[in-house]
Amino acid sequence: MAELVYDETGRLLFTKEMKEEYTLLMPQMLPIHFGMMARLLEREGFRVETLNTSGKSIVDAGQKYVHNDTCYPALLVIGQLIDAIQSGKYDVHKVGLLITQTGGGCRASNYIHLLRKALIKAGLEFVPVVSVNLSGLEKNPGFRLSIPFLRKAVFAMMYGDIIVQTANQVRPYEVTPGQTDHTIEDCMSRLLEGMDRGDGLSYKSMCRNFKWIVQAFKDIPVQGAPKVRVGVVGEIYIKYSPLGNNNLEEFLLSEGAEPVVPGLTDFIIFKIYNRDVDVDLYGGLWLKQKICRIFENYVKKCQKAMIAAIQAGGFRAPGTFDDLHRLIQGYLGDGNKMGEGWLLTAEMLELIHSGTPNIVCTQPFGCLPNHIVGKGMIRKLKDDYPNSNIVAIDYDPGATKINQENRIKLMLANARALSNESAPALQPDRVPMEV
Amino acid sequence: MSLRIGIDIGSTTVKVVVLDKDNKLLFRSYERHFSKTRERACETLHSIENRFRGQAVKLVITGSAGLGVAKAAGIDFVQEVYATAAAVRQYYPDTDAVIELGGEDAKIIFFGGALEERMNGSCAGGTGAFIDQMATLMNVTVNELDALSLKHEKIYPIASRCGVFAKSDIQPILNQGGRKEDVAASIFQAVVDQTVAGLTQGRELKGKIVFLGGPLHFLYGLRERFVDTLKLDGAHAVFPEDGDCFAGIGAALCAGEYAQRPFEAFLKLLEESVDAKTTVDTMPPLFAGKEEYAAFLARHNANRPPQTDIRTYSGPAWLGIDAGSTTTKMTLINAGGGLLYTYYHSNQGNPVAIVLEQLREIYRLCGDRISIQGAAVTGYGEDLIKNAFQCDLGLVETVAHYNAAAHFNPDVDFIIDIGGQDMKCFKIRNGAVDSIMLNEACSSGCGSFIETFAKALGYNISDFSKLGLFSPRPVNLGSRCTVFMNSSVKQAQKDGASVEDISAGLSISIVKNAVYKVIRAASADDLGQHIVVQGGTFLNDAVLRAFEQELGREVTRPTIAGLMGAFGAALAARNLHLERSALLDAAALDAFSHSAKPVTCGLCTNHCSLTVNQFDGGRKFISGNRCSRPLGQEKTQLPDLMQYKYKKLRSLQGEGEGDGSRGRIGIPFGLNMYENLPFWFTFFTKLNFEVVLSPESSRKLYLKGQRTIPSDTVCYPAKLLHGHVEALVEAGVDAIWYPCMSYNNDEGIGDNHYNCPVVAYYPELLAANVPSLKQTRFLDPYVGLWRHKDFSKRMVKYMAEQFSIPAKETKEAVKAAYTAYEFYMDGIQETGQEYIDYARAHDLPIIVVCGRPYHIDPEINHGINDLITGFGFVLVTEDALSHLEGYAPRKVLNQWTFQSRMYNAARYVCTQEDMQVIQLVSFGCGTDAITTDELRDILEQGGKLYTQLKIDDISNLGAVKIRVRSLMAAMDARSLSVEKESDQRKLS
Repeated sequence: MAELVYDETGRLLFTKEMKEEYTLLMPQMLPIHFGMMARLLEREGFRVETLNTSGKSIVDAGQKYVHNDTCYPALLVIGQLIDAIQSGKYDVHKVGLLITQTGGGCRASNYIHLLRKALIKAGLEFVPVVSVNLSGLEKNPGFRLSIPFLRKAVFAMMYGDIIVQTANQVRPYEVTPGQTDHTIEDCMSRLLEGMDRGDGLSYKSMCRNFKWIVQAFKDIPVQGAPKVRVGVVGEIYIKYSPLGNNNLEEFLLSEGAEPVVPGLTDFIIFKIYNRDVDVDLYGGLWLKQKICRIFENYVKKCQKAMIAAIQAGGFRAPGTFDDLHRLIQGYLGDGNKMGEGWLLTAEMLELIHSGTPNIVCTQPFGCLPNHIVGKGMIRKLKDDYPNSNIVAIDYDPGATKINQENRIKLMLANARALSNESAPALQPDRVPMEV
Repeated sequence: MSLRIGIDIGSTTVKVVVLDKDNKLLFRSYERHFSKTRERACETLHSIENRFRGQAVKLVITGSAGLGVAKAAGIDFVQEVYATAAAVRQYYPDTDAVIELGGEDAKIIFFGGALEERMNGSCAGGTGAFIDQMATLMNVTVNELDALSLKHEKIYPIASRCGVFAKSDIQPILNQGGRKEDVAASIFQAVVDQTVAGLTQGRELKGKIVFLGGPLHFLYGLRERFVDTLKLDGAHAVFPEDGDCFAGIGAALCAGEYAQRPFEAFLKLLEESVDAKTTVDTMPPLFAGKEEYAAFLARHNANRPPQTDIRTYSGPAWLGIDAGSTTTKMTLINAGGGLLYTYYHSNQGNPVAIVLEQLREIYRLCGDRISIQGAAVTGYGEDLIKNAFQCDLGLVETVAHYNAAAHFNPDVDFIIDIGGQDMKCFKIRNGAVDSIMLNEACSSGCGSFIETFAKALGYNISDFSKLGLFSPRPVNLGSRCTVFMNSSVKQAQKDGASVEDISAGLSISIVKNAVYKVIRAASADDLGQHIVVQGGTFLNDAVLRAFEQELGREVTRPTIAGLMGAFGAALAARNLHLERSALLDAAALDAFSHSAKPVTCGLCTNHCSLTVNQFDGGRKFISGNRCSRPLGQEKTQLPDLMQYKYKKLRSLQGEGEGDGSRGRIGIPFGLNMYENLPFWFTFFTKLNFEVVLSPESSRKLYLKGQRTIPSDTVCYPAKLLHGHVEALVEAGVDAIWYPCMSYNNDEGIGDNHYNCPVVAYYPELLAANVPSLKQTRFLDPYVGLWRHKDFSKRMVKYMAEQFSIPAKETKEAVKAAYTAYEFYMDGIQETGQEYIDYARAHDLPIIVVCGRPYHIDPEINHGINDLITGFGFVLVTEDALSHLEGYAPRKVLNQWTFQSRMYNAARYVCTQEDMQVIQLVSFGCGTDAITTDELRDILEQGGKLYTQLKIDDISNLGAVKIRVRSLMAAMDARSLSVEKESDQRKLS
């Protein structure tokens, strides 16, 4: 059995030995992106499991071990991890936990610390916690991510985004239920196999992959009239995680709407851009800025290729990061970076501009940045775009699904009334074909 | 066009409406459904079956509880706000806005231009249900409450955000003798404020407003409050005749677009769905059977104090009174703790009358045989009762409860008391009360919540809770604030849970609330080995059982669980060893009279809402005061660093050393300006601007900006900013300066030096939501003060662009500003040290208040500093001490400057014998969810007590007093045990 080794601050390390023996558990957020990440880690020799658990016991564990006034995502992420450890499914002395750490002025940067506190409370202080971050925060001898791996990870994110973006436009109209999800599985397998061979890890081969991914979804037979499109924005975990948002996308689909969920790429660029713009706002090393820009520009270039591929396939494509940044002028400053920062408002603007004025703005109850960039901007958006139809939904352990759904239904009723009034403006760019 | 039927199934009522082809109302009904929604709707349809049988109709369901019914029955559903809008458009086409209050929903619909609809968020709680709860609290019917409110003279401020807050505001007013009429109107005003503040979100309510929904239909007092508040005249306030079933009418109007069927076909669909059950989240039963219950009862009933017959006993006796929030409890004991007399009853909002009546009864029973040698009082009404009847001693509840618990179990190490309105738990360490946990406003509700629910479902409380004992499948209702539970119950009802299951579920919820929300325990061992449970709510066997199940351990519930406060007070009275009690004797009681009058104190800007109680013989008792000035005494003032800072900051306005020639620059006095004002004041005056500081915060100022607050869950300090900037616009300043600051100063004591997101970006929120800011120049650039040279460079550029100020001038102003800021901070540290020296010279204990710089605002802290110094402490703040400790790693990410100061101050306090910490936490502060646990850890590891005071927009100093007094009692007990120890050491 692996020996428990601590660093000089008393933090339990994830050792090389553990890498051989331990299973790393990872909370779920974006099923496709994280699923690919997990499989990439496996190929690096880790035993990894993404937790797709759901149910009351997760919230219960969260409430038991995390300060109840902490934001809901912390409660869920930590609850999901502890619930899994306590489920009896794993040898508790042979599991480690993976959690991301972003840094930044929001409470979210504290998740890893709250997780460690929770483990102590649960008598599981011997379970190592591994921070996944790009800031060089906590280091572990048994968990070193190589540069080639990071490259794979970036490409995995891009592939995740293009799959989600195109699949979302097909799923509401698919003739054979489940075919879209089936296609997603196929795409993921093919991509991962390719990556193993070293394929798909250069800009050029990524573009090639984009092409066939888009084609795969284009080939799915669709039917029916265009549905009301509903944008989903918000605090990142609640926005994406079905566990966090009570299966929001599924609910929207069942209500006959087409969910439009902006991807992760903008968020990644946003986080790099923040470091870049901090130098402009407050001063700092130009070299740091230069390095940020190189990285930033590379991801931007990838994003442009993705958008081009989506458009080439006849799908509706999201705007570029620069488009979003242009839209936010006059709303929020570049320095607004905590949580989702100005990007959240920019996403709402982009949705409105691209003919999706119906938006669900999701956030954990009492989310600090969303006071400003979410709820705080809806008034101004309504003033500037009278047809915008935004509903802010709070998520927490006490909020009931019925209450949330009722409010979303109100937004949908409004959306339908709006689309009757101004039908032409709300036509999607791509009209599904009758089969 | 055919007949159209709308069925509106709300949280408490079912409304059925039938319209003919000309939109004429053929039938309407409004009935309570007592959670049997489908059955109620079917019954109503049956009652009109003869009339409509065979006709083709279009039927649509709406309403918050209608969704499930519609789904199960396969009938079309329209969202209720949408339906309401349709009805209003039909009947009042020139309407500007609709305000609709339902059982649990509050809605505003704005017409004119783009249609906007708002519903209350998950926090705002119910309105109809809230009024029901408040009526229960005041022991009147809802109609009586309405009648009372129409005779009000004054309005008390009552928290408007969430129903549960309001309870804790109302209770002290009632207990201190406030008039019921005034309280009733204040309750309605709270509903109005809640609706206006929570739902308008920056859009003004004006023009013609239609009022809908049950409460607004039936309650004239509520109507009056709305009309008054919105300043509407008759033509602009419309109360439609069928305003209670407008959503139903709207649904019927919308039905035109949906499927047509024969009447009986719809009825059949509904009837057949009655038995359809969806899954409900359930838990194991409380008891496996009657035998298990019997054993449980036998075990608990063994904890019984000896009973002594008051009719035969002769000798000395001691009286204990617990004037609790909803109930008054009294016990009379003999020297051995034997019970001579007990009393437990709802105080019906007037504890004085109850105690008077009971004292007469006690004197009658005592005759000449028994002499009362001491009387003590505890509880919310302590001061009032003590003064009214001249009790010998008043003691804080926690100590009273500890006395009583220790009587039954000397080893007790954890006490939990759940009463009607409040929940108290605390640990016992070294014979003293430690780590008090009170339910903060949002999770209270406790016992009276079950009662309200029982009533709503048509049961009395004891029958209702007994129903749950043998429920096979208690519903899992979650463990949050009770207002949320309302919706959980609604959902369970929708899913077909039985009343038994709901009853058991509620009992379990209350327990979970206590364990996970208030105590935040991870396991039973966190609480203690010897747990004593008390309070009326634990007399409910379902709650007690749920508690034992949740902890997985047996606890002690004395048979007098509901009387423990009074019992503990009696024990304390006994321990005074008096010859004779000063308690009013029988003769004095005959002459006793009491009247209460509300007054607003005008002696300082606090404007305390005082209640002047007059007793016979010119005796007088004033309550609601924060200082001693309204009592006719001079304010005695011990050194108070909060006051020092506040005075310093308020003086920073005007032209300073400049000439003001560049214009008037407004600075809102809120949030981080409490830190940075010395910097900006010098910066701008040096540049010859006149600095106009916004007025001192007040409730009035808050209300001025209230309608532009977009997020009702943000902290009160942030909400105040709306009023501050509006006031500056009115003052006609040339520009308002309120920069965005992601980063604070770097004091080298944390891992980073951020501001919290709200502090950092609130200026941008104001710019987007306060319309009047368009009339002025609102300057909110991003600045960072911690890199002096970079800041200077950027300011030079900015001031040149904005005001064409030469670089040299700006540079000098920046330099001077940094110096001024340092000078201010040095002043705090030096003065803090002086105060500490003063305390030590005069042998006074020191309280270090840890909070944010803006917590010194009297409107935010509600005069807590006066209260603390009033108890004989010298007060210093965290920023005076944080520099005395260096950086140290923490178990949390220590990334906010203001918060880092608290950690350091706490570490310093641990090294000082005569200091204790009180942490101030604003309600809704997200970062303090992290700091509180960490601060507690630091202090407890350092052998210190941890005391937290949560503060909100409403000043309820009751809870604050309990904590401060318990802290004092704990400090006394500690020093006593230290003395004992050293005595013992000397002996050995």
